[in-house]
Order: sequence, then C-alpha cells, then structure tokens
Amino acid sequence: MSLRTVEPRRYVVYVAFLLILAFFAATLHDDGFLSQTNLLNIVRQTTPVTVMAVAVVFVLSAGEIDLSLGSVVALSALVTAYVMQSQSAFLAVAAGLGVGLGVGVVNGLFVTLLRLPSFLVTLATMGLVAGLGRSITNLESVAVENQDFTNLFGSGNVGPIPGLAFWALGAVALGQLAFRHRRFGAHVVATGDDGVAARASGIRVDRVRFTVLLVSGLAAALAGILYTGRLQGASYTLGAQDLLTVIAAVVIGGTRLFGGEGSIIGALVGSLIMGTLANGLILLGLSSSQQLISQGALLLLAISLTLREPRGETP
Amino acid sequence: MIPATTPVVRVERVRKEFRAVLAVDAVTLEVNPGEIVALVGDNGAGKSTVVKCIAGVHPPTAGRILLDGQPVHFANPLDARSHGIEVVFQDLALAKAQPVYMNMFLGRELVKGPLRLLDRASMAAETKRLLAELDVRIDSPQQTIRDLSGGQRQGVAIARAMHWARRLVLMDEPTAALGVGETARVEEQIRRMRDRGRAILLVSHSLDQVFRLADRICVLRRGRQVGSRRTSEATGDEIVAMITGLR
Repeated sequence: MSLRTVEPRRYVVYVAFLLILAFFAATLHDDGFLSQTNLLNIVRQTTPVTVMAVAVVFVLSAGEIDLSLGSVVALSALVTAYVMQSQSAFLAVAAGLGVGLGVGVVNGLFVTLLRLPSFLVTLATMGLVAGLGRSITNLESVAVENQDFTNLFGSGNVGPIPGLAFWALGAVALGQLAFRHRRFGAHVVATGDDGVAARASGIRVDRVRFTVLLVSGLAAALAGILYTGRLQGASYTLGAQDLLTVIAAVVIGGTRLFGGEGSIIGALVGSLIMGTLANGLILLGLSSSQQLISQGALLLLAISLTLREPRGETP
Repeated sequence: MIPATTPVVRVERVRKEFRAVLAVDAVTLEVNPGEIVALVGDNGAGKSTVVKCIAGVHPPTAGRILLDGQPVHFANPLDARSHGIEVVFQDLALAKAQPVYMNMFLGRELVKGPLRLLDRASMAAETKRLLAELDVRIDSPQQTIRDLSGGQRQGVAIARAMHWARRLVLMDEPTAALGVGETARVEEQIRRMRDRGRAILLVSHSLDQVFRLADRICVLRRGRQVGSRRTSEATGDEIVAMITGLR
C-alpha cells in the first residue's frame, strides 16, 4: 500500500474516539463513566442514530442529502404508538415503517422525476412531515404498553446486552454488505462521484438516487420505532436533534458530504463518538445549553480535522 | 476496392436533423475489423453527430446503420453498448474518486458466489493484465483516477473500451486534452487496440494525428460527405482542400 492510503481522515476518527473515551474515563471515573451500566446506556442512546447514520452514508455518498430524517422519526414514532392503541403491534410497526416508505418515495420521486435538488425537496418534506406529526396528536405524547413490542424494539435485553445493540449491529452489517460488497454500493459512490460518467457507464443513476432516499426514509422510521420501544411511548419532539447528530456522525466517519466516498464503519464510530460526547457532557454536569455549545464546538474541531480537502485539488 | 470481409459497421446515407437544422446529410462510411477510419472536418461539419448516431445517443432521421451486415436501431447508448460498441470521450467519463479497477468495470462489476459479492481481486487482476497489454503504466489498479495524469486516465479509458468493445470503438478527440508526450503514448495504445482486431472510428482535429494513425480518412463539410481517401494515397494539402472547400 502506498503512503497515500494512510490519509489522516482515514484514521483520525478512531483516534478521536479513543481520546474522548480516555478523557471522560479520566475526568469522570468517580461518576461511573466506565461502569457497565453507563457504557450500555451509551449504546442504547446511540442506536437510533447509528441506524440512520448507516442509511445516510448511502445518501451522502450518492451526492444527495435527506433533511427530513428528524421529522420522519417523530411521525413514525407517533403513528406506531397511535395505531398500537387500537390495533396489533405488527400493524403498528408496519404503519410506522409505512410513514418512512411514503416520505422516502415522495422525496425520491421529486428528486428523480422533476430533477429537483434533494436539499430543497427534503427541506420541504421536513416541514411538512413535522407539521403532520404535531397535528395528528395535538402535540400530546402517546404511551405504549404492549410489552412484546417494547421488548423487541428497544427495551429488552439479551443476557446483559441491550437488544438495541443487535439492531445497531444488524444495520451496520447490512449496510457494510450493500455498500462495500455489492454492486449497489459501487453504483452509489459512482453516482455521487460523477453522475454523468456513471450514467455513461450504464449505471441507472436515477434508480440509485431514488433508492437511497427510500432507504433513508425507512431507516428514520425504524429509528422512530426504536425510540418508541425504548421510551415506551412517542412524542413529537423525538428526533428533533437527530438530523445534526446523524450528519455529523457520518461526516466525521469519513463520508464525503458531496458524494463519491463513504464509510459504514466510520459512521458507526462517528455515531458512538456523538453518543459518548452527549453522555459524558451530561455526567460532567453541563446544562443542556452548555451541551449544545460544547457539541457545536467539538463538531467544528472534528470537521476541521477530517474534512479538509487536500490543497490544490479540485474535487 | 470492395473489401472481402463484412465491415463491422456500415453507416448508409445517414441523415440527422435537429428541428429545422440539418446536421448531417447522406453520410456513408464503413469500418472493417483491425482498421482505423478517421472522420475529419471543420467545426460544425457534423463529425460528432455521426458518432452520436452510431453510439445510440441520437436516432438518425433517415438512413441505416448496419453492424456485421445487419441493420440495427439503438434506443439509447446502453443498447449500443450491448451490441459491442464503446465510446472514448475527450472529457474522460471516469469516476475520479474511485480506484482504476472499479472504473474499468463500472456498471459491469464482476461478482462471485450466491450473494453476488463484488469480486475486487479478480477485477484488479484483470485490470492489471489489460493495462499491461496496452502498455498503460500506472503503479497499481488500486490507485484512484484523480492520482493519475491525463494521459494515464485516457489510457485507462482506452483499455476499458478495448475490453468491452466486441465490435467497434468510437473515439471523439481522444488526445485533445493531452500534451505531446502523452499524445504519442495514447496513439501507441490506439494502434495496439487496432492490432488486436478492433474497428476504430476516430474523430480528430489534428491532421498530423490522422495521418499517423488512420488507414482511411472520411471528410465531412457542413454536414455533407465530400470524400473518402486511403491515407497512403492522400496528401495533407488534398485533405485540407476537402475540409475547407478551397481548391
């Protein structure tokens, strides 16, 4: 391997993760940061972000973006909880996933058929979906009491390991398979790299763009369902901060914001970094506004280290 | 003068109108296996339109295109590709952040096993072999396109075309973006491709290049075919006169 493959942004994310762990372990060892309970809590809190981050690797690598993620989380959670009050858990989950599927199809159709930028399309659906979520429940939370559902989606454990960890691992494994080892992933990065060249090479770039937005909607819906299972209820505020967190996790993990390159494992580590930061800052006793400030500052630092294009290079 | 073999491609009285504009009128040409035919003419003479008709980008308004003697109608460029026609563009249709071997197989990746997993090792090995055959020198098939020089990139594009073109390679100004040394190298690669039996239709502005490479020269002027010459029997002055219409 040539020296060129050892670019800083390839490994800085892992070093950063270890540094953050070491920092919190040193400063918070009296507060139980390294206790098994707390570490498993980080995994629980991070899983919905990890699931979405895997999907967003495909979206960004294809040169698109999905701003509607956060509001799909809320709407899918509310629909799932609402349907479960009168119907079976199976139907409720199907309805929740249906929300993601529906929004994904709408996003995908507007982007491919009308050739609109996904930034604007998903900016519009973000507002639309958020409004729907607020209106169907009049801003009220909906409780979920179905034990089978909450055990499977978020509250259950397998031995000492939270069930959510398996959802995260499943999403990462599936994502890695499709992204690195199947044609689909190769077509996604080629589409984001140079859509004209990809089309000239016989890749159906519109199908790729449609599919990544569909997958993104479904992943956000699943994340909403996982929140509902863990918190045993849903509210319209779910997922409100997630868009920033997910995109930060993915980009810190080495995925190019403008397409052509991505890393599923990087996104996993990136989401663990974001989760660990949130957890550690809470344990440090920072107020929620102080947490936001620290996260923003750390994000700036992280992207300065990882995102800089080499000088004199035209992408 | 009539070749014994069936030409790989025969363009027969092809005409192409864009709304009211006549881009190409009654152009007839053919390319045989292992032959380089150059298409020359001034800007707007209709060279690129002819190439795009053969490549399936534009359907001809009138006339026929025959492959190995059989008339064909291409719905789109993919259709033309499935008939063994590849195009090498001036502006390099390569994905720049991807490795050379992925570009070689872009859209036609090799897979293995019941899960249809990407066979990166085979693609890299095959790429190495193809590039060696054309004497395209790069460090490794794992290099990304943006790490290569313009000449190396065009070498990759040519190797890709040679690999996939069962019948015909269309080249639209393949060296227009290259320096002198790189042009010489790419010309050598084009000759090697010809020596391996591919039929090549070359569009070029450089008459020097055309005389170095082509077996026959077909001249267009304002969308009309003004003549066709064997390179060995033609002179530069003659071709220039045909291109400009000045005697």
